[in-house]
Amino acid sequence: MTAAEKPSYRVIGTRPIRPDGVEKVTGKALFGADARPAGLVYGKVLRSPHAHARILSIDTRAAEAFPGVLAVATARDLPAASDEVQALGETAVNLKELSDNVLASDRVLYRGHAVAAVAAASVHVAEEAARRIRVEYEPLPVVLDVREAMLDDAPLLNERLLTRSMGKTISDRPSNVASKVQFVGGDVEKAFAEADAVVERHFTTKMVHQGYIEPQTATVQWNPDGEITVWATTQGAFACRGQLAEVLRRPASTIRVIPMEVGGGFGGKTPVYLEPVAAILSRKSGRPVMLTMSRSEVFEATGPTSGTSIHVKLAASGGRLTAAQLDLAYEAGAYPGSSVSAGAMTMLAPYDVENFKIDGYDVVVNKPKTAAYRAPGSPAAAFALEQAVDELARAIGADPLAFREASSSREGTRMVNGMPFPRIGHEECLRAAMESAHYRSPIEGPNRGRGVASGYWFNAGMQSSVTVAVNTDGTVNLVEGSSDLSGTRASLAMQLAESLGIEYSQVRVTVADTDSVGHNDVSGGSRTTFATGLAVHQAALDIQQQMRTRAAKLWGCAEDEVVYEAGSLRCTTDEAKTLTFAGMAAQSARTGGPINGRASLLARGAGGAFGTHIADVEVDPETGKVQVLRYTAVQDVGTAIHPAYVEGQIQGGAAQGIGWALNEEYYYDDDGRLANASFLDYRMPTALDLPAIDTVIVEVPNPGHPYGVRGAGEVPIVPPLAAIANAIADATGHRFSDLPISPRRIVETLHHLE
Amino acid sequence: MRRTQVQARLNGADVDFLCEPRQSLLEILRDELGLTGTKEGCSNGNCGACSVMLNGRLVNACCVLAVETDGADILTIEGVADGDQLHPLQQAFLEEAALQCGICTPGFIIAAKALLEREPDATEERIRYWLAGNLCRCTGYDKIVKAVQRAGVQMKGSAS
Repeated sequence: MTAAEKPSYRVIGTRPIRPDGVEKVTGKALFGADARPAGLVYGKVLRSPHAHARILSIDTRAAEAFPGVLAVATARDLPAASDEVQALGETAVNLKELSDNVLASDRVLYRGHAVAAVAAASVHVAEEAARRIRVEYEPLPVVLDVREAMLDDAPLLNERLLTRSMGKTISDRPSNVASKVQFVGGDVEKAFAEADAVVERHFTTKMVHQGYIEPQTATVQWNPDGEITVWATTQGAFACRGQLAEVLRRPASTIRVIPMEVGGGFGGKTPVYLEPVAAILSRKSGRPVMLTMSRSEVFEATGPTSGTSIHVKLAASGGRLTAAQLDLAYEAGAYPGSSVSAGAMTMLAPYDVENFKIDGYDVVVNKPKTAAYRAPGSPAAAFALEQAVDELARAIGADPLAFREASSSREGTRMVNGMPFPRIGHEECLRAAMESAHYRSPIEGPNRGRGVASGYWFNAGMQSSVTVAVNTDGTVNLVEGSSDLSGTRASLAMQLAESLGIEYSQVRVTVADTDSVGHNDVSGGSRTTFATGLAVHQAALDIQQQMRTRAAKLWGCAEDEVVYEAGSLRCTTDEAKTLTFAGMAAQSARTGGPINGRASLLARGAGGAFGTHIADVEVDPETGKVQVLRYTAVQDVGTAIHPAYVEGQIQGGAAQGIGWALNEEYYYDDDGRLANASFLDYRMPTALDLPAIDTVIVEVPNPGHPYGVRGAGEVPIVPPLAAIANAIADATGHRFSDLPISPRRIVETLHHLE
Repeated sequence: MRRTQVQARLNGADVDFLCEPRQSLLEILRDELGLTGTKEGCSNGNCGACSVMLNGRLVNACCVLAVETDGADILTIEGVADGDQLHPLQQAFLEEAALQCGICTPGFIIAAKALLEREPDATEERIRYWLAGNLCRCTGYDKIVKAVQRAGVQMKGSAS
């Protein structure tokens, strides 16, 4: 929008320092592994060396007898979990499978699958003792590739797994295909027959990891009275509690989850892995127990995002996209539940395509159970679609951005599920990209090329609760329950200050434990600044209303004659009667007691958002190295509450996407052994690998939020895979359809072409 | 296992502790001395989250055995601020929004401090090269590089 249309805000749009900033630059902030309850002991998990095997027996006697060992746990210590599905942010989890994933009972489904655990006074003793546990395995055939797993004669991970679709079972014999989704519209055959140009291509991507720097860790104290305290690094303390309550079969109220600072999550810190095991070890040892994963355990045993195989056929007619036939197969990992349906729903979102047929398959393979990773499902889908769109634009001789604009979704365009888009900002992003200095500059020189790509993410609403206590000195305490992954304490405090008309410095924010605030869903789906922000705004309105009621009584006027505006109360019928926020706060005790605002809600009106990225690269044909020369990320965020933190989200997402495009992959050998389970071999971008990432913030306000917030965190990881691939195609004249586009792949491909 | 007594200087004060030969400096800092500001990200020297200064050299505390530090001078993130006066790097990280989750921040500040004390005029390229031993997954590094540049200017100004 233009500056003239934008509402003028006092606090929103400024760049104050985050409330948790000083603690984090001085080393005082306490992250998951920094919990130190009295009497703390440490544990270690024993993991499967096989990618697929039946567990015949587990003999823990030697470990139990090892000097210094306090407790040993196996799946026999876990109660039987119910076979039901619990919503978990953007994903859902079957609790029986969750329980089996936490400690395998009869079968291991991937290398690194937890089998047993030991607690001891020192982690070294626990590790030595764990090695003395004897597990007898019967190895089973392994299946690792998504398309191979779909074949009729593929080894089965679960002999009871039947394919489901739309809540119904659609197969009569077991397979590795857990579910199928389908979206159909228009007449695809006819559109292809009448098209000016058709492009058809197959794409693959490998499993990649979120790569948060803080490994999973959990500390649990189980008291003899059954009260359980958990120090967790989690994107959602309540989701952690809910999973734990279910796996342990304990009432939710007996479990208190204390959210420690989270050292990166990106979706990966929503499932529980260690908490139930630490709980069992604590119950058996009588001590608080901390379990922390090594980096290789994080890679092998937590949830990466799916490897995918995607077939795309597109048609253009009259200068725009007219038809799409898409087939997506996503690896779920060891248990069902990949992000394929999100991939299928987001893939065509940027475009108004009349004719489409989309099939998606959720497929189990002998790899770790996948978890959410930033816009789960969408980046791989965009990698495939946006390359094909690029190819189609070239085929008809159109500018790639102009072709996208001509085909773009806008308000009222129907998504593939039939729902019309509310106000969205894809066209605004495309125009901002076209007008950017970057896109208007020439790209010159040998082996250099430019690529563009768009991407979409729904953004989420879900549940939030907050309370705001007004202190008699005019300061306020905001108590919320959304894990702060990136500065949301600041974005929430800013909205509260804006809504109450007070200063940011008057707000103190606490992310509370599960006993101290109402339910909050996970910090995921880019929802916190939007949905918890909505709750904060409602709590502010609650305070305003309470203050108006009190002022009316004080002044002897009617309540509707009292106006709250810009941090002050005034009487519309008597100009002499005014009170500041602080003045009213000071009179709390005389006017009815403490003033506390509260809100709890299920947020509707989440604003889906788009981004368009531009990448310039140079490819060294000798070494295959790709240098990103220049990168610009354009994104509609609705309204940027704290622009610096929004820029940071966009830059960070783009960096992850660049790593995904060029280097990152789970590299398995034929037996299902992950060959690169370290930061040395799983090559994430360093400061030296990246250019400065320029950001262009587009603000098309979300009508579903009082300040227009859409959410910012996930969209930026969607376009980079394709933007980089399109740039490499421009530079080399060859289209790479498999990720990562690593130096080896480039050298081999270009050499082969010669 | 038999423990060895170690005496060292830690953040400007004398310290002594007992450690097993297999314990890393990182483990002793965090679990024995209670200094949890130094973070564990990988424990094999690849991520830099446990960066500390050892006798004026930048090292990964996970790759140093605690018994090696007898007589050494160690600086951790807890010793970077001067009382309640933040170091220019700490202030610059706040003002440039150079942290998101914050787990890598102590390591970056220690590593950047080691650079700027030698080369306050370090170029962007040089900063990116020097910091390539520290992984950040949240920021894409741009704001970290800008914060280091800003702190360099300030440190030079206060030194002259």
